[in-house]
Amino acid sequence: MITFTARHAIGKPVRGEVLVANDGFSARYDLDRNRGIFSRPAHKLSGQSYVGKILVLDTAKGGVASAWMLHEMASRKIIPLAIVFNTVNPILAQGAAFGGVTMLAGFDCDITASVPAGSLVEIDPQVKMLRVL
Amino acid sequence: MQLNDEERAILAGEAGPTPQWALEHQIAVGDFFGAHDFVPVTQAHIMADTESLGQAGVMWLEKLAKVTQGQTRVRIPTITDPRGTDFTKASVLKQDEWMLDLERRAIDAFVKLGVSMTDTCINYQTIQAPTRGESVAFGDTGVVIYSNSVCGARSNFEGGPSALSAGITGRTPRYGYHLDAQRQATLRIRVDWTPKSLNDWGALGGVIGKLAGNYWSVPVVEGLEGAPGSDALKHFGAAMASFGSIALFHLVGITPEAVRLSDVGGDKLPVAHRIGEREVKALQTAYAVTDEVDVVVFSAPQLSLYELRDLADLCEGRKFVRPLLAVTSPQIKPDADRMGLTARIEASGAQVLSGMCFYQSYAREIAEANGWKRLATNSAKLVNILGGYGYVPMLASMQACVDAAETGRLA
Repeated sequence: MITFTARHAIGKPVRGEVLVANDGFSARYDLDRNRGIFSRPAHKLSGQSYVGKILVLDTAKGGVASAWMLHEMASRKIIPLAIVFNTVNPILAQGAAFGGVTMLAGFDCDITASVPAGSLVEIDPQVKMLRVL
Repeated sequence: MQLNDEERAILAGEAGPTPQWALEHQIAVGDFFGAHDFVPVTQAHIMADTESLGQAGVMWLEKLAKVTQGQTRVRIPTITDPRGTDFTKASVLKQDEWMLDLERRAIDAFVKLGVSMTDTCINYQTIQAPTRGESVAFGDTGVVIYSNSVCGARSNFEGGPSALSAGITGRTPRYGYHLDAQRQATLRIRVDWTPKSLNDWGALGGVIGKLAGNYWSVPVVEGLEGAPGSDALKHFGAAMASFGSIALFHLVGITPEAVRLSDVGGDKLPVAHRIGEREVKALQTAYAVTDEVDVVVFSAPQLSLYELRDLADLCEGRKFVRPLLAVTSPQIKPDADRMGLTARIEASGAQVLSGMCFYQSYAREIAEANGWKRLATNSAKLVNILGGYGYVPMLASMQACVDAAETGRLA
């Protein structure tokens, strides 16, 4: 088993399949939140469903709307299971706190190059740990 | 986080459930970023259009507004970002009644919470610009980057729930751009071409934002000639924040914290990138995938009085074959009406809207309702956002966009 330790963590422990890309994330810029897919044509996950997945991405992008949008997505259960970033901005952290989304950020490696696509992982925010099963 | 006596009392519920919730939320965010304590803030600015809030967010706000125990309203001046409609022009946009109903409910809740409905993303031009060293809690990335960089104020990106929390508690966790160390430059950029048009300023901001790459990068830029005006830096900063999630930049000899390169530690950094006209034009060309245009939009950020004046001059004597929407703030609109700018713009068939922003106004739904896909704008921020909403956005000068509204084609 491979484990990675983050510098920042919030939320509940989760276990699920990862969707990995060396790309950014903004709920407003990148998603069709009605259909639950990445919709920005230039995004590396364009057309893929994010629902119930653990997203492993490079960085938080874009505007402040994600802080409300994660809460709205959670209310309809059309939401990622967790989001893992190399670097996060305050908006996504605030959105995770408000929407009850599990989030990790800040690793000593490039997390998007370290977690195999499609693998099953466990996240324990209490100890800031991601474990590839 | 280290709490003072007042904060411990708030957390214990002694000020009522509203400040208690707000402080708990702020502590969760502060702990995430390792904040040591809170910093008092003088103003808050809330982004909360109902496309972002959804039913769930509006119901949450309504619940908060119904609290009667303890402190139930904001305690510092707290204002709002653009809403999701201009009620007087909703039929032009073909917005549905449910959208307007949701907007009315959100507004009602905010008013009950003591929030001032300014509905603007250019509050630094229209309401009250923060001053150097003033700690604030602003939402809208364009507002934050302008306030930090041009005004020398101190704010992180504060999403709606966090900005509202700051309005209620009068403080925010002390991390990020409230700290001296975070405000030093991390990326040195040399520019050998100074933009003249707003779309070029926006494109330059976009290029730098893409290079800088994440929220914690602070670009310092050398080589710009002259003193850019407020509208130029508005587009420059808004695009940089949009493309790169950047919250602070320094322009040597222009912005207040970088009188000299060494003031922000730039002299210790190598020149990481050189940017000229070619790179700026390349960003714009990347969006020029067709010359057919369905709609022309000037928005993001809202237009200043000077931008509306320029637009009125360009609209003179024209008859548009495509919709042209120009969006400004509720503070600017009455002046534009009084000075005849609105009438001159609308005589061409265009529409001047107020208190909203195009991308915050159910952009996907109004595109479907109106058959809009190919969109021309002079806002680099807008082209960066709208791709995800199904548009084919194109970036051009205000003149070229106005020409496109008249001919249906972007030259």
